[in-house]
Amino acid sequence: MTKNGTRITPEGRPDPGWDFKTSTSLRHGLDRVFLALVFAATLVGLVVLAVLLVDVVRDGLPWLSWSFITSFPSSTPTYAGIYPALLGSLWLLGLTTLFSVPLGIGAAVYLEEYAADNWLTRLIEVNISNLAGVPSIIYGLLGLGIFVNMLGPITGGPSILSGALTLSLLILPVIIIATREALRAIPDTVREGGYALGATRWEVIRSHLLPMAIPGALTGTILALSRAIGETAPLIVVGAATYLTFAPDGPRSQYSALPIQIYYWVSQPQEEFNVGLAAAGIVVLIALLILTNSFAIWLRNRYQRRS
Amino acid sequence: MSEAENKPGIRKKTPEMSSVAGEPSALGMKIENLSAFYGSFKAVTDVSMDILINKVTAIIGPSGCGKSTFIRCLNRMHEVIPSARTEGCVMLEDQDIYAKEVDPVSIRRRIGMVFQKPNPFSKSIYENVAWGARINGYRGDMDELVERSLRRAALWDEVKDKLKKSGLDLSGGQQQRLCIARTLAVEPEVILMDEPASALDPVSTQKIEDTMADLKQSYTVVIVTHNMQQAARISDHTGFFYIESMGDPGRLWEFDETEKMFSNPDRKETEDYVTGRFG
Repeated sequence: MTKNGTRITPEGRPDPGWDFKTSTSLRHGLDRVFLALVFAATLVGLVVLAVLLVDVVRDGLPWLSWSFITSFPSSTPTYAGIYPALLGSLWLLGLTTLFSVPLGIGAAVYLEEYAADNWLTRLIEVNISNLAGVPSIIYGLLGLGIFVNMLGPITGGPSILSGALTLSLLILPVIIIATREALRAIPDTVREGGYALGATRWEVIRSHLLPMAIPGALTGTILALSRAIGETAPLIVVGAATYLTFAPDGPRSQYSALPIQIYYWVSQPQEEFNVGLAAAGIVVLIALLILTNSFAIWLRNRYQRRS
Repeated sequence: MSEAENKPGIRKKTPEMSSVAGEPSALGMKIENLSAFYGSFKAVTDVSMDILINKVTAIIGPSGCGKSTFIRCLNRMHEVIPSARTEGCVMLEDQDIYAKEVDPVSIRRRIGMVFQKPNPFSKSIYENVAWGARINGYRGDMDELVERSLRRAALWDEVKDKLKKSGLDLSGGQQQRLCIARTLAVEPEVILMDEPASALDPVSTQKIEDTMADLKQSYTVVIVTHNMQQAARISDHTGFFYIESMGDPGRLWEFDETEKMFSNPDRKETEDYVTGRFG
């Protein structure tokens, strides 16, 4: 109904709807524009990645063979292989996991569950976040000073042990932050339920909090470890070898690593090295990353189902 | 009302030390001048109250008057919150649970607690019940204890075929009864319940209330409730908590036998509250 040019409701009051625009086509139009923008943003990342992968696989595939994986580096491209570097990377991965996961989870449990919430804890918290952003080469220099030089008699100098300890320092902040977030996401009602039955703090942490936090903590740890095996800069600083004719035989052994080997090949003048073998090395590194990530994701899902 | 009666505090500090049936009833817990703080904020002040063995004591009162804070002081759960502390004395039989040498962990085993929101552990139904008993060093037959506890919480028939299933897969009412069962499994002397049915539907509430009526045969129960009918139905004694104005600490305004509290309370605020005039 209208009365004197104003729309009115059946009860005779002015219709409040009169003040609103009736057409929504402009708003829907904006919605579609935004959709196109974010889709394009997603596409850019995907396409670039796909092109990179295809290019690497195309260059590397002819060089990939079982003997490439089982051979030592050589100055003759057809004989050159990646065996010591692959073994070195596996050693680094294993030792870094061994050092960084218990330390990271332990520190997170202390900070989140035991430490009082005071200025000191907050200072530590801020600094851990800062440490996560420190460039990896700085960790390399730290590792050189401490693990290679100062603790040389124990670590064996530029050894796998020094490399793994350096990488552990590098990813420790990430693991701590991820585990703290996971612990913080657990509602306090779980803790209180445990305490109310006469449980100590450790009993509640061990039986309830850690199992519930593991999926979240694992996600952070997976990302951190992936970063660690891809790292080149700190390993160069702490003395990973680029040309090794023997396989590492223990934590105090000299070593090479996949990214180091790739870096070395890329810097060679011959095309067989800087295109073919380097690409083949990259394919092996990516395969290793996918393998470890899949394992970790499988592990995480198993825990998620159980809890 | 005379001026003396208007003074904040409690009129009837101790209900008659006899049950409705006339038999003498023993003292389970004695609370003397208890105050609770969050940092510098005083949430509850100067509460004194006697809790009798094998009775249900209900705590009622409007929101924010310190009922939950008060009940959490009775098994030293209040201090779990950072900066929270208490003053005063809480006796469990002959022991001051706030004495220096007393370990809060052992007190919480003896004085169990069921929370407002069901909070089962993300473990199997069996483990939910067995865990507390195991960490407290239970040496008897665990299967038998789990069954007995679930039966007492009126949950056994619903879960006996799926003890391995996660406690989180149960409905809200079942979860709350699971929480009661796990509390019973550590064989406490006193059970504190902080609005145990407030998040549940009427049918589940009914089941919890039935359970409580049964529990009082062997346990001393203290229950905080928003539901006045519930307090009237299940409790023997009722304490009314009240704050005079915003920012004041909560006080125990009146404490007496439930029948008297709901029919002929001494103080006007109590009457206004139980008749539904506010709150």
